[in-house]
Amino acid sequence: MNPFQFTRVTTPKAAISAVTKESGTYFLAGGTNLIDLMKREVIVPERLVDINKLPLATIEKTSTGLRIGAMAKNSTVAEHELVKKNFPLLSQALNAGASAQLRNMATVGGNMMQRTRCSYFYDNSMPCNKRSPVQAGPDKGQPNGPNGCGAIGGYNRMHAIFGTSEKCIAVHPSDMCIALVALDATVNVSGPKGDRKIPFADFHRLPGDAPQKDNTLQPGELIMSIDLPMNDFAKNSHYLKVRDRASYAFALVSVGVGVDMKGKTIQNVRLAMGGVAHKPWRLTEAEQFLTGKPATEDNFKQAAMLAMKGAKGYGENDFKLTLAPNSIVEALKIATTTA
Amino acid sequence: MTKDTKNPPIDRVDGRMKVTGGAKYFAEFTMPSMTYCVIVSSDIAKGSIASIDTKKAENAPGVVGVFTHQNMPAIPGWDAPAQGNGNGPPPGPPSGGEKYRILHTKEILFDGQPIAMVVADTFERATYAASLVKATYTKQTARTDLTKHLADGVTPKGERAADYVRGTADGYKTAPVTLEANYTIPIEVHNPMEMHGILAHWEGDDKLMIYAKTQGVKATQRAMAQAFKINPDNIRVHTEFMGGGFGMALRTWPQETAVVAISRKIGRPVKLVMTRSQMFTLVGHRPRTVQTINMGADTNGKLVGIAHAATGETASYEDFTEGTVNMTKFMYDCPNVSTRYKIVPLDRGVPIWMRGPGEATGAFALESAMDEMAHKLNLDPIEFRLRNYTETDPEHNRPYSDKNLKEAYQRGADAIGWNKRSNQPSSNRDGEWLIGYGMSSGTFNASRGQATARAILNADGSLTVQCGVTDIGPGSGTAMAMIAHNVLGVPVDKIKVEYGDTSLPNAPMQGGSTITSTVGSAVYDVCTTVKNTLADMATKSGSPLANSKANDLTLADGMLYLEADRSKKVAVADLMRSNNLPAIDKTQQSKGGSEGEKYSMYSFSVHFVQVRVHPVTGVVRVSKAVSVADSGRIVSPNTAASQMIGGVAGGIGMALTEEAVIDHRFGRYINNNLADYHVATSADVPHTETIVIDKPDPYINPMGAKGMGEIALIGFAAAVSNAVFNATGQRIRDLPITPDKVMQKLV
Ligand SMILES: Cc1cc2nc3c(=O)[nH]c(=O)nc-3n(C[C@H](O)[C@H](O)[C@H](O)COP(=O)(O)OP(=O)(O)OC[C@H]3O[C@@H](n4cnc5c(N)ncnc54)[C@H](O)[C@@H]3O)c2cc1C
Ligand code: SF4
Repeated sequence: MNPFQFTRVTTPKAAISAVTKESGTYFLAGGTNLIDLMKREVIVPERLVDINKLPLATIEKTSTGLRIGAMAKNSTVAEHELVKKNFPLLSQALNAGASAQLRNMATVGGNMMQRTRCSYFYDNSMPCNKRSPVQAGPDKGQPNGPNGCGAIGGYNRMHAIFGTSEKCIAVHPSDMCIALVALDATVNVSGPKGDRKIPFADFHRLPGDAPQKDNTLQPGELIMSIDLPMNDFAKNSHYLKVRDRASYAFALVSVGVGVDMKGKTIQNVRLAMGGVAHKPWRLTEAEQFLTGKPATEDNFKQAAMLAMKGAKGYGENDFKLTLAPNSIVEALKIATTTA
Repeated sequence: MTKDTKNPPIDRVDGRMKVTGGAKYFAEFTMPSMTYCVIVSSDIAKGSIASIDTKKAENAPGVVGVFTHQNMPAIPGWDAPAQGNGNGPPPGPPSGGEKYRILHTKEILFDGQPIAMVVADTFERATYAASLVKATYTKQTARTDLTKHLADGVTPKGERAADYVRGTADGYKTAPVTLEANYTIPIEVHNPMEMHGILAHWEGDDKLMIYAKTQGVKATQRAMAQAFKINPDNIRVHTEFMGGGFGMALRTWPQETAVVAISRKIGRPVKLVMTRSQMFTLVGHRPRTVQTINMGADTNGKLVGIAHAATGETASYEDFTEGTVNMTKFMYDCPNVSTRYKIVPLDRGVPIWMRGPGEATGAFALESAMDEMAHKLNLDPIEFRLRNYTETDPEHNRPYSDKNLKEAYQRGADAIGWNKRSNQPSSNRDGEWLIGYGMSSGTFNASRGQATARAILNADGSLTVQCGVTDIGPGSGTAMAMIAHNVLGVPVDKIKVEYGDTSLPNAPMQGGSTITSTVGSAVYDVCTTVKNTLADMATKSGSPLANSKANDLTLADGMLYLEADRSKKVAVADLMRSNNLPAIDKTQQSKGGSEGEKYSMYSFSVHFVQVRVHPVTGVVRVSKAVSVADSGRIVSPNTAASQMIGGVAGGIGMALTEEAVIDHRFGRYINNNLADYHVATSADVPHTETIVIDKPDPYINPMGAKGMGEIALIGFAAAVSNAVFNATGQRIRDLPITPDKVMQKLV
């Protein structure tokens, strides 16, 4: 780990100006991802701006729904009464992630901004197009490690089947974000050029030619909060996470479902998948297909087929081409049968 | 006490210290002017260092020294021939060729090989400076994929590694029912919680103090004495507590010796604590192993023949062997048995025994095949095993010293609810989940080695028991206390057990499930000597017990009684006072006799599991586990049960989650951390019922106790895979059984 400067700020304004002023400056929230990346020298910051003292940890009712501060801890959000009651999908997704210790440290903003877990990205001796040049230290400006994509033609069991590019096939590893994209969240950000709102589905991006960019946040922008609109999915929602062990493992595939049922009919539905793409993967076509249809296994299967259009395996992750539709059907079944 | 009585459960003697932070592990020791060493590991798996730039590191703040192959101090004793057990000079491959010596040449023989060791005044500064060491390499293609190089397998030296034939090698072919199946296990890494390392301090030119993470303080002492050509008595090694070993600390690793050499060179104490990723490359692993079993049986369910072939990996620079095929030689009554064991030298760090070592690997194949054959014969897997049960060891043609496997099958079957199992796969459901039951057996050699123990009985009735064994966690100290209590009647809370230091009497390594037998016997013998000393004094004239025979006396609660007439007694304290003895202090060496030649001595285990398999997602959960140990008299029931539960946790990891993955294009691990290498979590381990047969082995040692550390794991993975088959009708012969494999078989 390289020496770096450390600043603690108490206002969002100070945080933003600190990060805008000098390149190589990073916000430090829970640190559960950033510090790991610094230890492996995947990220080599010049300066850290500690934002843990910012007053951004509140969870409050709004006229349209719920606002969750960017610094709220993952565990706090998961256990919050209003979240459990109105957005159980979010609560379930959060609790499916990481470990209790990590959830106690991790923040909502940090969770959205966490980097991929692609093994090649984490090992500077391996080829990777996503690692950006080293920003500080004696090797300032040098790329850290060879470029190329280690995962294509290598170990890609955990990798994407949707929206990949020749440059990168990594997945965004978050569970929380699957729930947020399904629940039509909006991201409130503040930056050197002022405040703006980003629909959650547009927050993360596909790798394309610039896999080093995970999202659409502009330099210096700080995530302030998340807005969740009220919905009628609370009774019939489910987060299904298929993983290699019962706890503390990233998703092979995950599915977030919220359904508004009238009798046996699906009035409205939200579907999103994790572990399959560079961003939380919303299944809009499948949603449209299911809307107004009876909740039958046959309809679920057809929806899953629609969802899988354009999916592509890379060898070791070919199993996801089956596991993903299976999981969609399974999650829909569970969501539509829960009372 | 005699071996005929069961032992009560007592608390772990070091339990309170461990949970209150009182137990001090090697890395917690500090010394004045201590320095910290950080290893820089190679980025390539095969080739040589073209250049190495240490300038920036040398100039970094706090750096005391940067050592590479260009300036590494010599290790004088390493020119001597190897000793064979990994605790001496580097052995080199038996076929000739390059020996591996740390920081000796520019050649890179395996991924993660140390290319520099950086020493600084703080750990952080050493870590930073280590990141400034830059090397370039001339790369060669690394051979790391066992599957690709199976044809290069060689038969290792050693009697038990040789090809084995009983009857006709391919006798299985003549049977009416046959099967052939291939089983593979991946590389597994021990991954104990505690990182490996060492703290070395030269207290004088030839006087050395070491805090180590070792399963044998005496072995480390010998290794360092050889390496530095000094008298072992001038070296003290201390490992009182260890945060898990599972086999990875059964040898003195080269980096430990290097730290001692560096400490001598710089004239300051040096502490090394490795990183988690270095735990994957520098302290061994369970080797990937590919196995084939051919089996033949007649229609009555009698085995006709078994042929078991196994090929495991080793390093290019050193042979590693284990008992992968041994169980097949003696487990079942079968006229025709052949085994073949080979190793393939690869460009990889050398493996080392991991809990249950090769036997666990072999048992996965044999006990899976037994299940497959039972299915072919439409027999209950227990019934099939009973039809091939043997009371004598067919490999050595001699009786087992003790074997209660039939009872173990029965008790385990009752506990898991085996009667709910149908022989017809996929016939048991709970909603969408498929339910399956599986069982398997395990066995491991039991023996008694040589050890010395010391017992000091004080006039105040307290007792100190000493032995230089390392307690790596199974509860050896607790067992020592129990045995001493049984012989001398001193209450357990008045017994102080001291271990884990070379200043204490000699003991072997903690490994291979031998310590309760070996060290326990030494404690038993020395305590018996103390008791006899007391009895001698008590039967002298003038005592209330005068003229009684020593054998008729019982010791309890600080009193010596005539067993036949308990009104005749004398207080131990009085006896010692009247003999002017402040303490009775005895040291005694102890070892077994020829019983090991007359009898085959083994511990046995039976594992039962219930699994739930989700057919749509392929998720497998072990929902119930029962482990039965037939390992003689249980000395310490609580720590024994903990051992068995730990075996189940390790077994579930082996069966379902653990796999170290190599990208063979680079010859490097890609999941060398605890997020990506999946050990079983608490959520993966269900309530585990442990059952002990608890019958004394009549021959092995005075307690009748046999080891149980290995059998707790051996066979477990097969029980899971057999249960998955019972649940789904699909068999996965390639561990670990991950959701993708299961799901793909079921679509
Ligand atoms: C072993 C392990 C297992 C895990 N398993 C899972 C899992 O199963 N599922 C899952 O979803 N996650 C998992 N995680 C990831 C975990 O959820 C993230 O590490 C965590 O959410 C990051 O939050 P943080 O507050 O610690 O972020 P930090 O590490 O502090 O920051 C991460 C990044 O976000 C930026 N950032 C932080 N806050 C803001 C803000 N307000 N505005 C702009 N940028 C910001 C930082 O600059 C940094 O670049 C795991 C992590 C580990 C280490
Ligand atoms: S998938 Fe993306 S992150 Fe992984 S190696 Fe390729 S470029 Fe790097």
